[in-house]
Amino acid sequence: MTADDLDLLYSDVEQDLRSAVRDLLTDRCPASSVLARCDSDTPYDLGLWRTLAVQLGLAGLLVPEKLGGQGASAREVGVVLEELGGAVAPVPFLGSAVLATSALLGCDTGDGRVAALLGRLASGESTAALAVPLSTAPGGAFPTGVRVDADGVLSGRVTSVADATVADALVVPAVGPDGPALYEVAADMPGVRIAAATPLDLTRPIADIEFEAAAGGLLAGARTATAALDGALLTGAGLLASEQLGVAQWCLDETVNHLGQRRQFGRVVGSFQALKHRLADVWLEVVSARAAARAAADALAKTAPDTALLVAVAQAYCAPVAVRAAEECVQLHGGIGMTWEHPAHLYLKRAKASEIALGTPGRHRAALAALADLPAAG
Amino acid sequence: MTTTDRTGPDAAELRRRVRALLDTHDPAATERLEFLRARFDAGLAWVHFPPGLGGLGAPRALQGVVDAELAAAGAPDNDPRRIGIGLGMAAPTILRYGTDGQRGRFLRPLWLGEEVWCQLFSEPGAGSDLAGLATRAVRDGDEWVVTGQKVWTSNAHNARWAILIARTDPEAPKHRGITYFICDMTDPGVEVRPLRQITGEAEFNEVFLTEVRIPDTLRLGEVGDGWRVAQTTLMNERMAIGGLALPREGGMIGGAVATWRERPELRTPELHDRLLRLWVDSEVARLSTQRVRQQLAMGAPGPEGSGMKLAFARLNQAISGLELELLGEDGLRYGDWTNNRPETVDFYGRDAGYRYLRAKGNSIEGGTSEILRNIIAERVLGLPSEPRTDKDVAWKDLPR
Repeated sequence: MTADDLDLLYSDVEQDLRSAVRDLLTDRCPASSVLARCDSDTPYDLGLWRTLAVQLGLAGLLVPEKLGGQGASAREVGVVLEELGGAVAPVPFLGSAVLATSALLGCDTGDGRVAALLGRLASGESTAALAVPLSTAPGGAFPTGVRVDADGVLSGRVTSVADATVADALVVPAVGPDGPALYEVAADMPGVRIAAATPLDLTRPIADIEFEAAAGGLLAGARTATAALDGALLTGAGLLASEQLGVAQWCLDETVNHLGQRRQFGRVVGSFQALKHRLADVWLEVVSARAAARAAADALAKTAPDTALLVAVAQAYCAPVAVRAAEECVQLHGGIGMTWEHPAHLYLKRAKASEIALGTPGRHRAALAALADLPAAG
Repeated sequence: MTTTDRTGPDAAELRRRVRALLDTHDPAATERLEFLRARFDAGLAWVHFPPGLGGLGAPRALQGVVDAELAAAGAPDNDPRRIGIGLGMAAPTILRYGTDGQRGRFLRPLWLGEEVWCQLFSEPGAGSDLAGLATRAVRDGDEWVVTGQKVWTSNAHNARWAILIARTDPEAPKHRGITYFICDMTDPGVEVRPLRQITGEAEFNEVFLTEVRIPDTLRLGEVGDGWRVAQTTLMNERMAIGGLALPREGGMIGGAVATWRERPELRTPELHDRLLRLWVDSEVARLSTQRVRQQLAMGAPGPEGSGMKLAFARLNQAISGLELELLGEDGLRYGDWTNNRPETVDFYGRDAGYRYLRAKGNSIEGGTSEILRNIIAERVLGLPSEPRTDKDVAWKDLPR
């Protein structure tokens, strides 16, 4: 696989999808309403999520048509994530339509339970969360925090799970008598306690989950569970790069707009080279992040042989780009950038939390040491 | 992919034409220049050029198809590193602004490498502020008489022709009084003096022009329109520097990773982290240039291309610096300080010390990184320029 085989552009269909999502978000998800929601008891906009999932059919993009989905690919999901990131939309798309859905797609989809849950997620009837800490990187050991007995009863604890408070189904990695397994556990099942944590990222809440003898249904046994979980984390990490791109692009656009209007010393401050050179650097990073994110999305869509490498490159590159764009956005807005009232902080919090999510840049670089044959010292 | 209406032959047709060329000109049995002439005349030199001028009016992106087929057949190339200024800068400018006579006269020997080109733009007093240039061209009947000094002229010592910008109207504001010419480097008024660089060698030169006579038939574009014509040259120069198609680990990162793999005793954790960061940045820069080429191929060029030179300058400098540190004791030694005059411009060749020093030029040549940031901020992001006092003043009245 060479870069020449990757399609790094957007198709007309993908651009149409972008327009549809953007129009909806412009209408229903302005910064002012996202900000107001952060101070409320309902951090998620479930009305918006229903429209995205059911009316636009976005929850089932990754799911084949025969299983009730749209039969699209990671390429389309990447475009949606760019737009959702650009609006810091408080919807459980990453947790449900990407992470939980990808884990299920890695299970035997001929299995009735797997197919049924996929169908419910694809139609928007249900929302699910993948019960791992959001900070989990692909390629790691199978989590051991939850145990399951021979009767499918789960006990244990998972912390910092994204999008869990609005999930009605949990996809839970658990270790049983036969080894690693994935279980479906209904969120309202006795013995399940989901406690919202106070998140750094106000627009992507996290929760801690306790299982005390909670009954679950087997989704994947030892043969497929590890690969299914790892595939979901890899897909999530690769597509998170598109969301980070969307965050970075918003921060750049907003800052350019501000510096083009703000006047000090009798001049528009955007005319000062000291400031515009910083924006030129952010622009170049955003342009580069777009290539990296599209490469990962296209590789995931094609299951290219070097997908893991391109995902690691995309995460190692795009995560810091989003953080820097958000940090520059705050700094170059001056005092306004430090206020709760201006939405810049929502993007900074999303960017910084996303840098930790699904593997820090350092972890992805460490993965590249093996993937790109650059062995460590000693 | 987006579909766009295109004209000209497609990839299959180009492959067919390559096979026809190879059928009549077996690379193993044909003299190099003869093969290159046949290739040019078959329209397979630069396929996006018009028929009759070495091309077929095909999409530019399909050049790779032709190059790959010919390379696989063992065909000779035109040694592009020796004639980079001609190919990358003079040719697109002549194609866009030249008369039919100029295109017919110059493009074929340029591509074949029979005539090497150089670029007479920068002056001691006009670097980043190129439009302030002082070399004068005065009309004398059907000729122009040119006097002045140019500098940083790569390959002037090998060049048969030069692209030249000179001031034809000192009364006009500086951007409006410039005219673009083709200059005969064998004119007795042209004197080329080597300019030794920090690498030890003299890849570039000072060029003194003393009453050089240029016929008006060698003017490119209208009198006074030279600044606009020069933009075509400069845009292509930046694309040529930043837009090279590279395989993974092509370019500057290749040398560093080779040393890393071959010499485990040099590895340290700190260098490992820096190498991985630069490896990621190199791969992303490679993907970015690939994306720019895909945009061009779809007929939808974006502004992204203007950033690629900036990215590669930073990368080349960081990687070559890392490579010297990685080498440790060997990094204390330098290959050769001899003041020789190379035929080619080579960013990645020779030893690590040379690469480190040569890469310092990457953020200066073809527009400094600071000027490129201005261009991005003003033309792409739409931010206002710094207040200027020189824009509407006659060039002759500017303080110097």
